[in-house]
Amino acid sequence: MTRMIHHSIRHLGVALSILLIALLAACTPSHGQSTFDTVGPVARSQLVLFYWIFWAAVFVFVTVVGALLYIVIRYRRKPGDGDPPQVHGHKPLEIAWTVLPAIVLAVVAVPTITTIFDNANSPDQGALTVDVVAHQWWWEFRYPHPDESGNEVVTANELHIPVNEVVNVTLDSLDVLHSFWIPKIAGKVDVVPNNANTMWIQADIPGEYLGQCAEFCGVAHAHMRLRVIAQPREEFDAWLAAQALPAVDPPDPLALKGKALFEGQAQCFSCHTVSGLKKARGLIGPNLTHVASRGHIAAGELENTQFNLRQWLKDPNAVKPGNIMARDALIYKDADGGYSPLPNESLSEAQVSALVSYLRTLE
Amino acid sequence: MAHATTVPHGEEHEETTTGLSHRKLLIWAFLGSDCMFFGSLIATYMVYRGKSLVGPFPEDVFSIPVTSVSTFVLLMSSMSMVLAYSALVRGSIKGFRIWILSTAVLGMTFLAFQTFEFRDFANYEVHLDCARVEAEDADYLEGLTDFETTFLPRCAAVDEEFSEQHGLTLKTNLFGTTFFTLTGFHGAHVTLGVIWLLSLFFYSFRGGVTPERSLDVDLAALYWHFVDVVWIVIFTVVYLFGVFPGF
Amino acid sequence: MTTLALPLPKRPVHPTGVWSWLTTVDHKRIGILYGVTAIILFLTGGVEALYMRVQLARPGQEIVSPEVYNQLFTMHGTTMIFLAIMPMGAAFFNFLIPLQIGARDVAFPRLNAFSYWTFLAGAIMLKFSWLMGGAPNSGWFGYAPITGVAYNPGHGIDFWIMSLQLLGIASLAAAFNFIVTILNMRAPGMSLMRMPLFTWMTLITSFLLVLAFPVITVALIELMLDRLFGANFFVTRAGANPLLWQHLFWVFGHPEVYILILPAMGIISEVLPTFSKKPLFGYPVVVLSGVIIGFMGWMVWSHHMFTVGLGPVANSVFALTTMAIAVPTGVKIFNWIATMWKGSIDVKTPMLFAVGFIATFIIGGLSGVMHASAPSDAQQQDTYFIVAHLHYVLFGGSIFALMAGIYYWFPKITGRLLDERVGKLNFWIMFVGFNLTFFPMHFLGLDGMPRRIYTYDADMGWNLWNAVASAGAGLIAVSMLVFVANVVRSLMKGEEAGADPWDARTLEWSIPSPPPEYNFEQIPTVHGRDAFWAQKRQGVRTVAVAGGSYNGGEHSIHMPQPSYWPLVAPIGLLMAAYGLIYVSSIFGLAAAVLGGAIAMVSVYAWSFEPVNDPPETSEH
Repeated sequence: MTRMIHHSIRHLGVALSILLIALLAACTPSHGQSTFDTVGPVARSQLVLFYWIFWAAVFVFVTVVGALLYIVIRYRRKPGDGDPPQVHGHKPLEIAWTVLPAIVLAVVAVPTITTIFDNANSPDQGALTVDVVAHQWWWEFRYPHPDESGNEVVTANELHIPVNEVVNVTLDSLDVLHSFWIPKIAGKVDVVPNNANTMWIQADIPGEYLGQCAEFCGVAHAHMRLRVIAQPREEFDAWLAAQALPAVDPPDPLALKGKALFEGQAQCFSCHTVSGLKKARGLIGPNLTHVASRGHIAAGELENTQFNLRQWLKDPNAVKPGNIMARDALIYKDADGGYSPLPNESLSEAQVSALVSYLRTLE
Repeated sequence: MAHATTVPHGEEHEETTTGLSHRKLLIWAFLGSDCMFFGSLIATYMVYRGKSLVGPFPEDVFSIPVTSVSTFVLLMSSMSMVLAYSALVRGSIKGFRIWILSTAVLGMTFLAFQTFEFRDFANYEVHLDCARVEAEDADYLEGLTDFETTFLPRCAAVDEEFSEQHGLTLKTNLFGTTFFTLTGFHGAHVTLGVIWLLSLFFYSFRGGVTPERSLDVDLAALYWHFVDVVWIVIFTVVYLFGVFPGF
Repeated sequence: MTTLALPLPKRPVHPTGVWSWLTTVDHKRIGILYGVTAIILFLTGGVEALYMRVQLARPGQEIVSPEVYNQLFTMHGTTMIFLAIMPMGAAFFNFLIPLQIGARDVAFPRLNAFSYWTFLAGAIMLKFSWLMGGAPNSGWFGYAPITGVAYNPGHGIDFWIMSLQLLGIASLAAAFNFIVTILNMRAPGMSLMRMPLFTWMTLITSFLLVLAFPVITVALIELMLDRLFGANFFVTRAGANPLLWQHLFWVFGHPEVYILILPAMGIISEVLPTFSKKPLFGYPVVVLSGVIIGFMGWMVWSHHMFTVGLGPVANSVFALTTMAIAVPTGVKIFNWIATMWKGSIDVKTPMLFAVGFIATFIIGGLSGVMHASAPSDAQQQDTYFIVAHLHYVLFGGSIFALMAGIYYWFPKITGRLLDERVGKLNFWIMFVGFNLTFFPMHFLGLDGMPRRIYTYDADMGWNLWNAVASAGAGLIAVSMLVFVANVVRSLMKGEEAGADPWDARTLEWSIPSPPPEYNFEQIPTVHGRDAFWAQKRQGVRTVAVAGGSYNGGEHSIHMPQPSYWPLVAPIGLLMAAYGLIYVSSIFGLAAAVLGGAIAMVSVYAWSFEPVNDPPETSEH
């Protein structure tokens, strides 16, 4: 019995030290969605609170479990032991261990509440406001047009923001629940249809930050990624100005063929918008006016290269199972209404090449 | 099968810790649970009050005088339930039969009102007296509901009367959905109550209802009064608040 | 006895065999049925979890499709909560409550049997969805609007709704029964403040069940009306607000958390005193903190919704109430530790699980405070950090306590002890496996891994801890095999237990193991807490010298007679629920109507069937 207990203590000791080392390892900043490597005031305030409670928790855990182990070992039954004194309680002790935790919690409660209000109220109501619309399973970002008031600049899955500035975000969904989350910049806020939410974000360091939908939203939930690209103000303005321009006709004949397919036989237009293309006004899928300027495609799944774009167009279900283009677009349907990757009876290999070529021109 | 009078009914002789019989405690626990049930349905109704995107709305379909009558009927049934129980306790089986039957009949009357009301709502039509609309009769126009007002332009196409069916069902809008669900479940409770009361009524002819076993009736009475009280809440929250703005 | 228009079959009289189990109203047999069923279902929920851990062991795997993965986590959660932990608690309620309060059965024996069969119907409903075109796929929480027909045209969600409705009926019936039993059937002298702690926690749990289940019932009815009859409760196109579902769900769901943990706390409060040979420290405080937890459990539901945008005022209020509920929970832990202080501690397997419970439950409690702080929760909500937290509470908490309970009461239930050495092996494998599986999930969550994703990229930094967690899950599976082996082996050739193998304190240990059908030859009289301990140590007699106790003494003991109706009614309910799913077809409608009729007729027949036929029964 004694050996068993000593054994268990040793186990616990080893386990504890492993855990501590592991926790340190978990803090390494290289991970794309680490909540420890914060780059903005919102995430930082949330991390500060976490640390407060974490260290209090470590203290409580060590004390209580220490006492527990000490007691289990110290008072274990020995042969010949009689009944211990039948103690029923101790009033001052009861009061003490009711009041002490209450005080610790009160100490945590104060910064909790101030932080709740700080994070709820944007410090700059007049700052740039981006409307985020979540879809199954991609993100739409709508910016105010830099020149024409009332108009909007629409892009998808990559949220550009000026660094060191407050950016206000409104969140809306047209289908199911989603949650907008870029761990290094800000904790999540859910996207609820018929219940628009707001939040504010700010990044202090230029860079590209990963995020991901955090509320279960269906079959491709795991693939609903996003990126925030924080850049200096001038770069941001230049980017926005470029995004505000309509698409121009490609010079290359193959691409022109692709454009004809886009507006015609392939029926891309029925779900996608390309501003400058009269027919392409679809709102089901992402706005493709400047798709070639984005770093990634398929809601952050693939880098935006010619090869990947081709893969995506040919077999979207392989990249992002269950996505709506693969499910609903007619070009992916075989005679029985089942899924059929390209090339198939709807589009030939050459036509896919033409489409890819056209999309690559939309910079 | 044995004759009822020879039954030594276990629960009647039981000694209990609290002094209350098991079944009495059970029905109280059940009613507490049922409170939460109706509470959730009523909360849902309240959350969606005024949130319907299309009509008809409460003020279009409700008729407070008619529903007041059915509410009165249900209230009276509670009173006759009290009389049934007290008759039984006094040992008057005949009195019990009269009053329990009238309670059941009043309950059925209430259900008839509700059926009529549901049908009426499902067949709701918008009527406009276009002649008075044309004449810009201020009294008439002010008396129109918001929903009816949206049809005013349609008067241009007709001479005298404009009328169009806009039945309210479970599917129509949030009002229809929440209204029919809440009142429907209440109606189901009343229906079960009526079955219970009628069972007691017929059972009494087999000698199953005796003053010594008044608990059987007591339980039914508790249930019946509860269902009645729930209706008072529904009548207030759904009907009165629905028609009189400002609540 | 009464005449009835219906041609009723004769009352069942089967002392042994399958029919005796099918028609039993004996609370001990029903408890065993609950327990065995729950353990089998627990294993199925474990297999579902193993599939997920295999899929997530390495990045980018395609062992299960995303759709199947979604079904797996939905089924795993629903199974573990409604089909494993809750019925395991019910098993203990059934077996123990009458024994602990000195009663011969529960207040409504047939209602008790009805609870079990309805529970089984609900379990069948849920589990068979795998074979009926796909299991539910929207999580155990089933957040609107993804559960609506627009996004979920299959029937998986319908099976989920109907199953939960059946399980709700079963839980409600059981809860009514235990409230009445505990309040009304205590042995003479057993005042409320003399009741064993497990009985107290059962009482509180039953009240929570009675008040919480109607709320989810309404939510499920609303969802059903949407899906099957075109209502608009959660149809955003018609202006519905999806948050309505979340509020209804968590007004039920948070008390539900306490429904899962309070019985566990009750078990711990029985095991610790027995193996420390000391009374529970601060009994009134432990009872009171249980009551406060049960009460405050109603005021914290929105902490599940900190990120949905309720606004800073609501978030602050719910952050405060949530932190406040940590106080009574802490008080319980301190009292447990004080119970062991200066005790004579015998670290038998039940005690090991109980100590393991305290250690792991503290971790769950502390991480709970981390997300009680709403801003901190914004980074944790819907990540693996929450998965870690909830498993520390429900596995490290509830399951460890239930394991302690099984090892503790197994000899009372079966008459044989579980093997100690295998039991310790069972504990250590499970303890290590559990921590290996779930502790790394804290890191994964803080490293930004969301829940409910079927795959992840290799460059996210999540590979190592996912691999560790999957390995740990394998260990848990091994520990369950050890457990099952121990049970089977001990049933066949375990050591004879005798009435009181642990030198325990409460009344159930004063009667033989396994207890006779009537439990107590004479109803005991109670003079204080830990009545059996007092009898053993101080010679305080629990049995009156002659007569005095009700229902005992004079003539032979009448036990409630078996009945068919508690079995037939749930069959009708199952048919009706199944039919409702396909109500748009004539076949479904017919099944629903027929099932409803069967249920109605059985309830009617049941209400005219006396608990006991008259003793001088003569068939006419």
